[in-house]
Amino acid sequence: MIALPLPKPEVLGRRNEILAGLRALVPGDGVITEPLRLRPYETDGLSAYRQMPLAVVLPTSTEQVAAVLRFCRDNGVRVVPRGAGTSLSGGALPLADAVVVGMMRMNRILEVSFEDRLAVVEAGVTNLGITKAVEGQGFFYAPDPSSQLACMIGGNVMMNSGGAHCLKYGVTANNLLGVKIVTVDGEVLEIGGAHLDAAGYDWLGIITGSEGQLGIVTEVTVRILRAAEGQRAMLAAFRSTEVAGAAVDAIMASGVIPVALEFMDRPCIHACEAFAHAGYPLDAEAMLIIEVEGSAEEQDALLESIRGICARFDPISMRVATSAEESTAIWKGRKGAFGAVGRISPDYLCMDGTIPTGELPHVLRRIGEMSEEYGLGVANVFHAGDGNLHPLIMFDANDPESFRRAEAFGADILRLCVEVGGCLTGEHGVGVEKRDLMPVQFTAPELAQQRRVKSAFDPDWLLNPAKVFPLEGNGALTVAAE
Amino acid sequence: MSAVLDLAPSTEEGVATALRNAAAPLAVEGSGTTLGMLRPVQASRTLSTRNLTGITLYRPQEMVLSARAGTTLPEIEAALGEHNQILVPEPPDLRALLGTEGAPPPTIGGLVAANLSGPRRITGFALRDTVLGIRFVNGAGEVLRSGGRVHKNVTGLDLCKLLAGSHGTLGVITEVTLKLGPAAPRTATLAVPVEDEAAGIAALSAGLTSPYGVTGAAMLPAGTAAAGLSGPVALLRLEDLEASVNYRMARLQGALPGGRVLEGDESRALWRAIRDAAPLSPGEAEAVWRLSLRPSAAPAAVRALRGAIGARLLLDWGGGLIWAVGPATEAAHEAVVGAARAAGGTFTLFRAPDPLRAAVAVIPPEPPALAAIAARVKAALDPTGRLNPGRMRPGA
Ligand SMILES: Cc1cc2nc3c(=O)[nH]c(=O)nc-3n(C[C@H](O)[C@H](O)[C@H](O)COP(=O)(O)OP(=O)(O)OC[C@H]3O[C@@H](n4cnc5c(N)ncnc54)[C@H](O)[C@@H]3O)c2cc1C
Ligand SMILES: Cc1cc2nc3c(=O)[nH]c(=O)nc-3n(C[C@H](O)[C@H](O)[C@H](O)COP(=O)(O)OP(=O)(O)OC[C@H]3O[C@@H](n4cnc5c(N)ncnc54)[C@H](O)[C@@H]3O)c2cc1C
Repeated sequence: MIALPLPKPEVLGRRNEILAGLRALVPGDGVITEPLRLRPYETDGLSAYRQMPLAVVLPTSTEQVAAVLRFCRDNGVRVVPRGAGTSLSGGALPLADAVVVGMMRMNRILEVSFEDRLAVVEAGVTNLGITKAVEGQGFFYAPDPSSQLACMIGGNVMMNSGGAHCLKYGVTANNLLGVKIVTVDGEVLEIGGAHLDAAGYDWLGIITGSEGQLGIVTEVTVRILRAAEGQRAMLAAFRSTEVAGAAVDAIMASGVIPVALEFMDRPCIHACEAFAHAGYPLDAEAMLIIEVEGSAEEQDALLESIRGICARFDPISMRVATSAEESTAIWKGRKGAFGAVGRISPDYLCMDGTIPTGELPHVLRRIGEMSEEYGLGVANVFHAGDGNLHPLIMFDANDPESFRRAEAFGADILRLCVEVGGCLTGEHGVGVEKRDLMPVQFTAPELAQQRRVKSAFDPDWLLNPAKVFPLEGNGALTVAAE
Repeated sequence: MSAVLDLAPSTEEGVATALRNAAAPLAVEGSGTTLGMLRPVQASRTLSTRNLTGITLYRPQEMVLSARAGTTLPEIEAALGEHNQILVPEPPDLRALLGTEGAPPPTIGGLVAANLSGPRRITGFALRDTVLGIRFVNGAGEVLRSGGRVHKNVTGLDLCKLLAGSHGTLGVITEVTLKLGPAAPRTATLAVPVEDEAAGIAALSAGLTSPYGVTGAAMLPAGTAAAGLSGPVALLRLEDLEASVNYRMARLQGALPGGRVLEGDESRALWRAIRDAAPLSPGEAEAVWRLSLRPSAAPAAVRALRGAIGARLLLDWGGGLIWAVGPATEAAHEAVVGAARAAGGTFTLFRAPDPLRAAVAVIPPEPPALAAIAARVKAALDPTGRLNPGRMRPGA
């Protein structure tokens, strides 16, 4: 189990006074304190962990966020920023003595400029909401996490989220021009803006992916892109994960970068097929979904060349979509993968580690062996072009022993990722989930260096303090004895 | 500024020792080709990484390369060329622009420390976006890493981003790992004569809002010339497979009639010139600025720059990047700063005689709250202020 820092007694003791202070700053129904209404905020996408917060505040403007942060700083109150709460690493998990600042009421689109190819939106606009606002003109916002219907751009910035199409278009960091961020002191900073590459320190870069450690983002300026003329997918099934991995390498080395290159292993193929009836090859050990884009002729040419590459690896079958409908059918199983695994197992942990793609066969073999050692099923689906694995470890939450083993299995997978030259998280963040594994990837001086940068923004560690960094060695926090 | 004593260790541990033993501030450099930009460093000794050389890892099929900081750009480009790969952000070689023609070729460490990106930046990847990992020595002499060698990594605070573009003020980079891209088999450029900057930017915008994947969008204003073309002319580049470029070029020509197509080597030479801001060839007494702003604000900024300082100009990034050459005076600098501010953009003084760069803000000043954070970040990485004092701002 993951320890949370001990709540500050002086904050808990002054609860009523603090709530009254917050109500004065965010009038109306913007401060939630009743247990029943707090309940939905006690967890995020990592639902194995729950903690009721002191209160939830739902500001409607940057000024309110600034006032709330200044007030919390003055009163020594910890703050947990929250977007849609879809974090899979417990990044938005509350603390007992913390105020959750939820961004969902800041959901306006402030500007769209096709001429400058950018949009300025409040932090609570959903990822898909940005695309919806510009798709009428043929534009889109490129990073597309599977949670795009719900997750918010502020959360995306803080997790540096990616999606199936980031092989070509990059992750959030590559599609960001600026943010408005409120510091723990309640100062409003404009970082970047409607232009590229400000000189000076790269504040935008260090804020991106900082998991609510440095400030609260209230507005975001993103690049929007004109969509290609069309896109189409193909599917290729192989006899072994080694061979499929080699096919991935060959595709990447060919100089053609598909827009998406997804890999599914046998358990995942079976789970998805049972759920989506997408016509996946059940006799395959591994399957690739490859998407290309461009005009109809370009799609034909690209798919033909990728087909040619896959053919060299003795595929069991290949299926090239000839229409948008057939593409959708190919994607249907993949898009429902998490739900599909949810149907064959009462619960699962979605891991997120990254490896050099050359290590794919070795890592998948080891994961298979560990699955037997731990006696827990695992299904693998991932973004193969960039080596971002998502092993889904199946367990039963009603059985604490099963959960304990799932956690240990997950930690072993992440250690393996680091061992082969990869890292602990490719897109879901460290949060509380991987916090205690940070020393696997970083030396003590490296962690101390990151902590000092955090302290430069937040000297008293009031912002999301129990996340990302291991608690011990973290002077600002008192750790509960386990 | 004249650095009299030169330290040039050939190992990372040597760099760490040099920093631990340093009693006074050090000027940090690679090959020293950009020392004419930003502010002169206040240090009497130089620590160079030029002897930390060698490519340490290259996996073409994973599109990643690691090299020690002093490895030169030509060496890296030669290795990439063998596998038809490229540095996606197209980093410039500004030796001619900065008057350092005689200097040895730029190093990969200096490149990352300066975070300079060329025309292909418009497709979304700045140099810093392709930095997957860094090894560096902080001001206290500790050897540290950030990032790694995989394409996706959100583990902890991304110090690679902080170090990229920090011009040696936060740490001495000893090794970098970069994400690569495939070299396109075919490149071609559509050159469309235009009336003025407003029309030119409209043409670039038409290209960039088309679905054809434009990878370069620049403009030679009246009075500038490159690769046999003279301005005013709007330039749109396509890079892809043979058939794709053919198809898309035909479509672009349909949308922007009256243009001429430059093929292969001609196209490549043109974009090299734009990348290196070669058409500007500034004189000894002239200054060079770079403004970054939203493209729609560029026509007004161009008018302001011409009106105030009679600037010679070059436009890239769809109009979002303006190179300007003008007199090296404080009054001209103030006019450029004013034009950048009016456009809601940002500026860098790239080249000027030492007295001017020491006297003015060479990059926009930070508001007080951010300046306070910057000072704490600097102290967090370089507690005794040993690294490149004064390089970016007075005292920082
Ligand atoms: C089904 C499912 C699929 C997913 N698929 C993907 C995927 O494909 N790719 C991917 O990258 N992720 C994926 N995720 C993870 C998650 O959706 C992303 O991390 C997302 O960016 C979180 O956004 P959110 O608005 O829900 O943020 P939250 O979960 O609310 O918060 C995430 C973190 O950001 C902080 N935060 C949130 N808003 C702000 C703000 N305005 N200012 C400062 N800090 C803030 C929080 O404190 C927390 O640390 C998936 C999640 C689910 C449940
Ligand atoms: C305005 C501008 C000017 C440019 N000028 C040139 C140019 O003149 N020539 C050129 O070839 N390219 C230039 N470029 C492109 C590119 O950035 C440089 O090629 C490259 O940075 C120079 O490498 P160098 O080894 O000469 O670096 P240097 O000029 O030695 O150093 C560049 C900067 O990085 C710091 N630095 C150097 N090495 C390290 C290290 N290992 N760790 C930390 N900090 C370090 C230095 O203090 C300096 O601030 C320029 C780009 C722009 C936008």
